[in-house]
Amino acid sequence: MKKRLLASAFVLAGAVAPAQAADPHLARNLAATCANCHGTGGRSVYEPLVGRPREKLLSMLADFRSGEHEATIMHQIVRGYTDEQLELIATWFSEQR
Amino acid sequence: MNLHRRDFLRATAATAAALALPRIASARARPHVVVVGGGFGGATTAKYLRMWSEGAVDVSLIERETAFVSCPMSNLVIGGLKTMADITLDYERLRSNWGVRVITDEAIGVEPGRRSVRTARHGEIAGDRLVLAPGVAFESARIEGLAGNEERIPHAWKAGPQTAILRAQLEAMPDGGVFAMTIPRAPYRCPPGPYERACVVAHYLRTAKPRSKLLVLDANEGIIAKKALFERAFARYGTMIEYRPNSTLLAVDAATREAEFEFERVRADVLNVIPPMRAGELATRSGLALVNDAWAEVDWLAFGARGMPGVHVIGDAVFPAPGMPKSGHMANQHAKVVAAAILNDLAGLPPNPTPVVMNTCYSFVDDRAAMHVASVHQYDAAKAQLLPVPGAGGLSEEASVAEGRSALKWAYHIWADTLE
Repeated sequence: MKKRLLASAFVLAGAVAPAQAADPHLARNLAATCANCHGTGGRSVYEPLVGRPREKLLSMLADFRSGEHEATIMHQIVRGYTDEQLELIATWFSEQR
Repeated sequence: MNLHRRDFLRATAATAAALALPRIASARARPHVVVVGGGFGGATTAKYLRMWSEGAVDVSLIERETAFVSCPMSNLVIGGLKTMADITLDYERLRSNWGVRVITDEAIGVEPGRRSVRTARHGEIAGDRLVLAPGVAFESARIEGLAGNEERIPHAWKAGPQTAILRAQLEAMPDGGVFAMTIPRAPYRCPPGPYERACVVAHYLRTAKPRSKLLVLDANEGIIAKKALFERAFARYGTMIEYRPNSTLLAVDAATREAEFEFERVRADVLNVIPPMRAGELATRSGLALVNDAWAEVDWLAFGARGMPGVHVIGDAVFPAPGMPKSGHMANQHAKVVAAAILNDLAGLPPNPTPVVMNTCYSFVDDRAAMHVASVHQYDAAKAQLLPVPGAGGLSEEASVAEGRSALKWAYHIWADTLE
């Protein structure tokens, strides 16, 4: 019985562990959710994100979240992402050329 | 070769043996994904598979039309504010920029075991993975007298010839005439769309035919999207717009343009019936598992069709997660999740365990002002669903000219993200 429990625990851990590991393309995938308004890869002519400094993007996002930067829609969208996700997104755009 | 491509190829080589599905069809040297349906979902999937694999995956896109006509902004054509040319795009840049093999043909059915698509003129097209984006089918047969009379009583709910027909009927309507539109019970494609249409048609009538009447007959208990905002927008048109909830259409008479409801009969000069909807015909013909016999059942990590390994379904055809609208924006976001999941799968990796999608729908209330609804949906592992994030997203405070400009920019960007 004990042996079987241990075996199940092992199987469970094996099944769950990969699902908890971060995806190698997580930042790319998250940044792609922005493309509908900021262009593929952030290459919009109106609202470009590509190549902008990470710290600048993060401070803009923080200002949208706090309401300091008045917006029609970004203040609502930014609240849907975790801080960690916003950092991944900002880093990804800052590294694109 | 850049880093992403090297990673992709290395991961592909390392894990081929571990896959339950064959990684590559035997006759091909490279993986091949077949996408059916060139709307916002299918076209975006094709582009992102090519872009993210850096050309390492071959992609065929099967679409019956040669042109892409956008449903978003098509209400502006009906209202006389845009032309058909303004909302018509093509698939050329998917070919020239991304190397997508665009096949103009009708998909007849799917052989899930072989992961192939039967077509009308190109025989059977097989891939290592299939992505079905069949959109919606209109259930005209559920309304007595409607089937076969869609030119006389247009829906204009798939942009294209139907859009032009409804615009022409509106233009030909005499001043003092009645424009009646009916809205089906949710879920249907583009929840705010019918109410936007009412506003831009009313704007046109007020300008060109001010003695006319606009009847909005809604099968739902009330306005189902941006309710307070649309109530205010309707009020600006005074008595021109008459909104009647709980009005389920039973029958139409194409000859007289009469519409029959449970408690009333309406005669119109222009009768715009938006019929009930279900997943596009290909979903039914392919034997996909359907919820409520209408919408395809998928898992939310990879949009895999239930019971069909290697077959994915995205866009309006999918039975939606709670709070998830059927919209072009959402279909474009589904596409990126499925493209990432397929590339991971081909490389022997599990799908991204934390996908995120978001949605924005703008609605015009006249020739210049628009308002939005937005939401962000994160994967909830316990519920195995993509769910709206509480406290995020929301509505415009009021329709504005500034958001009207945002709406046009949104269209420009999503068209490019999908097709260029």
